[in-house]
Amino acid sequence: MRFLLDPEQRDFARSLDALLTAAGTPAVIRDWSRGEHGRGRALWSRLAEAGVFALAIPEEYEGLGLRPVELAVAFVELGRHAVPGPLVETVAAASLLAGTGHAKRFLPGLAAGESTATLAREGSLALDGDAATHRFSLSPDGLRLAPGHGPVRGSLDPARRLTPLLPGGELLGPAAPHALALARLTTAAQALGVGLALLDRTVTYVGRRTQFGVPVGSFQAVRHRLADAKIALEFARPLVLGAALTMAPADVAAAKVTACEAAYTTARTALHLHGAIGYTDEYDLSLWLTKARALRTAWGTPGECRDDVLGAARPGGLPSGPTQGT
Amino acid sequence: MDLGFTRDEQALRAEARAWLAAHVPATPLPSLETGEGFAAHRAWEAELAAGRWSVVDWPERYGGRDAGLIGRLLVEEEYYAAGAPGRVGQNGVSLLAPTLFAHGTEEQRARVLPPMATGEVVWAQAWSEPEAGSDLASLRSRAVRADGGWLLSGQKTWSSRAAFADRAFGLFRSDPDTPRPHQGLTYVMFGLRAPGVTVRPIGRLDGRPAFAELFLDEVFVPDEDVIGEPGQGWRIAMATAADERGLTLRSPGRFLASAERLRALWQDRGRPDWAREKVADALIGARAYQLFTFAAASRYLTGVPLGPESSLNKVFWSEYDLALHETALDLLDGEAEMADTDWAERYVFALAGPIYAGTNEIQRDIVAERLLGLPKGRR
Repeated sequence: MRFLLDPEQRDFARSLDALLTAAGTPAVIRDWSRGEHGRGRALWSRLAEAGVFALAIPEEYEGLGLRPVELAVAFVELGRHAVPGPLVETVAAASLLAGTGHAKRFLPGLAAGESTATLAREGSLALDGDAATHRFSLSPDGLRLAPGHGPVRGSLDPARRLTPLLPGGELLGPAAPHALALARLTTAAQALGVGLALLDRTVTYVGRRTQFGVPVGSFQAVRHRLADAKIALEFARPLVLGAALTMAPADVAAAKVTACEAAYTTARTALHLHGAIGYTDEYDLSLWLTKARALRTAWGTPGECRDDVLGAARPGGLPSGPTQGT
Repeated sequence: MDLGFTRDEQALRAEARAWLAAHVPATPLPSLETGEGFAAHRAWEAELAAGRWSVVDWPERYGGRDAGLIGRLLVEEEYYAAGAPGRVGQNGVSLLAPTLFAHGTEEQRARVLPPMATGEVVWAQAWSEPEAGSDLASLRSRAVRADGGWLLSGQKTWSSRAAFADRAFGLFRSDPDTPRPHQGLTYVMFGLRAPGVTVRPIGRLDGRPAFAELFLDEVFVPDEDVIGEPGQGWRIAMATAADERGLTLRSPGRFLASAERLRALWQDRGRPDWAREKVADALIGARAYQLFTFAAASRYLTGVPLGPESSLNKVFWSEYDLALHETALDLLDGEAEMADTDWAERYVFALAGPIYAGTNEIQRDIVAERLLGLPKGRR
């Protein structure tokens, strides 16, 4: 037992962090929110070069083999920088396609970042259905290539552009629970990253902002809220990495609900401690604040995840897609 | 990165499980915080020690198995899953023993550890004083130089287990003229039945004497019962405090077992919807705590000492434990207020968690200053 990231895994995280810091994601996110995808696609290609999507794709299709721990490490960084786009959906779709006869048709392109994919439960909204190269829908009878998408609906997170998928389409293979677990895991990791970024930004802010002649971060009421956010995030982290190692459904569900609750609690703290400036859309904090809320219900609501932990999943099979129904 | 266990670790776990199945008392022992229960728990410690299960991570020469930290965590999982009794020797094993391993002499280890392992000598802690609680460094009990040792005088309080224990360890001011209160403190061990010691048991909320006040009037302590250099007590005690809050005081095995008991209670009561979230969170919290501990242990085993990260731990487990027991009482419905349920004493015990071992407010201050780097401020 050595429950610590290996040096290569830590290096991978650091290199993604450096790449994303240099890319300056806030401007990319704001473009993406307006439906301008150029800079986002360029960033996507660089993430593909760094090997992010290959981590969900078998070696025979130009991937690196399914590596959930490295995926979790990568998605923490993607969340930390609030990278827009159907990241979770591309990874989950790739994992689903690997078990079908259509792997060769889709996977090399997804691994290389030349194409992107969205994925939604039939009847649910799909993330970035307008921007994705391929749109897949999941229904009880299996995975289908959706024939198109409907109009974009705004999310509370402006960078998440949701569309319905048109019904029907080519049947590609069976629905595999493992891929949904991967969607949950990567959403959990992304949420953890969002929470860590919110905490970092807020710690910096309260250290600089002065009132009554001292930094507001010296007030115990402020310090203790941030300490609680830190505790919540640091106990979510081992659940995310542990779930990546075991991929047991209960572990993945526990990681999802805990990381998303921790990120959301941190978002509430971040908003409050920034005061009115944090409530504005022009201040970059909003890019993380709104994502923390959106991820909370994506790929498994808190209630669904807790039910899976209790071993008492609600009848009906598949967890919901990125949003709850339409 | 992995969560696998070696063949030896798995064999140890299996051996522990078999031994516990054959030895754990069929009916629970009387409360640890009564004279009768204390004696019964002491006898249980002797039985555990005879099977070499009381301190598995210690070296063999002191009564252990050299099983390492991971071995200890696995044995504890089995221990609590088997419903085995609470550990009356906890204070000594979790707090004093790590201090002796780090700062004691070989003579002290050879003399103190074996009877600690068997429960022959049970230890109480003597940190707090009436005017020194969260601000522990302001303590005023004195150690005055005497021929061949020291004379202890003053008052200690909230001394867990002291009502029935044999010996105690704590900090005393050996130099009254230092620039800072953290200096001039000395870490000593002393007998609770030594001349000059008066023990006044204090009833906790349920009336049981779980702790005591200690009045010391020129109690002689020989030099061999001082741990480390005189005047260095604060540094030595704080190293122990990180252990207490971090890895050793609350085993993940204990919470994994408690969470499963809560799940069983919930199922037994017809799985009420109002408790679904709380029961799920108890199961999730136990898993989070287990994995957090595995990560901390892995880091510790690479040679990184436990630091302020242990403050995250202490807030988490103490609040977790209380929430779990509050849910359990709510599930008991009309029986919730009864003092004789399986849950009542555990609930009363959990109520103290956010207060002892450094209050949770002190821990949050440590997290804020030392982990987040926030500016120092007024408490």
